Amino acid sequence: MAQEKVEFPITGKVISVNVKQGDTVNEGDILCLLESMKMENPILAPVGGTVSEIGISAGQVVEVGEAVALIEY
Amino acid sequence: MLELFELGFLHLTWGSILMLLIGVVLLYLGIAKKMEPLLLVPIGFGVILVNLPLGGLMECIVNGNVVEAYALGGEPAGLISRIFRYGLAWEIIPCFIFLGLGAMTDFGPLLANPKTLILGAGAQFGVYFAFFIALLLGFSINEACSIGIIGGADGPTTIYLTNRLAPYFIGSTAVAAYTYMALVPIIQPPVIKLLTTKAERAIYMKPQLRAVSKREKLIFPIMAAVIIILLVPKSAPLIGMFMFGNLLKESGVTDRLADTAANAFMNILTILLGISVGCFMSAEVFLKVESLLVFALGCVAFASSTAFGVCLAKLMNVFSKEKINPMIGAAGVSAVPMAARVVQKMGQEANPRNFLLMHAMGPNIAGVIGTATAAGIFLGMVG
Repeated sequence: MAQEKVEFPITGKVISVNVKQGDTVNEGDILCLLESMKMENPILAPVGGTVSEIGISAGQVVEVGEAVALIEY
Repeated sequence: MLELFELGFLHLTWGSILMLLIGVVLLYLGIAKKMEPLLLVPIGFGVILVNLPLGGLMECIVNGNVVEAYALGGEPAGLISRIFRYGLAWEIIPCFIFLGLGAMTDFGPLLANPKTLILGAGAQFGVYFAFFIALLLGFSINEACSIGIIGGADGPTTIYLTNRLAPYFIGSTAVAAYTYMALVPIIQPPVIKLLTTKAERAIYMKPQLRAVSKREKLIFPIMAAVIIILLVPKSAPLIGMFMFGNLLKESGVTDRLADTAANAFMNILTILLGISVGCFMSAEVFLKVESLLVFALGCVAFASSTAFGVCLAKLMNVFSKEKINPMIGAAGVSAVPMAARVVQKMGQEANPRNFLLMHAMGPNIAGVIGTATAAGIFLGMVG
């Protein structure tokens, strides 16, 4: 099974995590909301599949390149 | 006793009633729709106040007589007409707003990818395009400059230039600039979609921009001020204040000043600017065919700036190996960060992997410099 690691494209603070481990997502679904540059930015699923790993929680400050989730498809 | 006490009701005209409604619409857009509330609320309320008869907020004395509407040659005598004269007509408020903007701006994304400077300049073609359309429609060259600059979607620059070249239009150009800034998410997407294919909008750009050192950020405002003002001397008040504000932010030793410039000072200026522009829009000044035409042409200016930015980005792709997403060209108008946000949203829609926000911030910031410079060029030409 192929995997894709989703990374944060920008530094910011996680406002909400919208999926949990084991969830099925479609391409373009919102994985989490990130507050950055005074804006709410949704981080989207690049592929449809199953969320096999998600290690972030609301309120966490994240850097560019940190993992959002791992999606298996 | 009673004869001396005049009721405003008796002096209401159809024009002032229409302007009161416009004021209410601006308040509605600002409060309920949250469109540029920091500006539309003061402007909207100003429109209401000035169109209530006999209030005297914009009173001026002309040849010893008191007139209720603002008179360009008169001596200001009302609460807001004084602020308008000494704040706006003397060009103090718009320039100091640039100081605040400078203190709020991070030139990082622009320095990380200096190519985007070209895009910020490219969108200014829209300004010149609208300038020529206005000339063709019979506006004078001064008026055409003021109409064209609306395309940059930059309020303070528009006010600064209009005040210099066609002061009687200041209400319509200012309100047009701020309205179109607020309408960025509505005007830009159809223009962008018209000029790009889905595949182009989906072009992926790596999110990580080069890290920009503190030294680069410190040197940039000083160097940019020197070079731009040497090239376009008349841009000195706007560009000079903009870069000064940025230097306060980046010097690392003037945080207190940067903080005041970006927050308290900026807020004070915004209050004074908003209420004065609103109060300029009395029925007798604003409800003229020319004023309404200016407002409509502003939209042409803004849409064409967006279009030129996108086309230039596409042109750059023809010559460069690493393709850029052409939408970031649309962020070359100086509505920061609204235009960048539109590009970010459309980029994600076309390709969920895309995250164009930082890429779009580069041209967006360059657009501010571009519009202020375009104003300087106009002033050098005709001012």
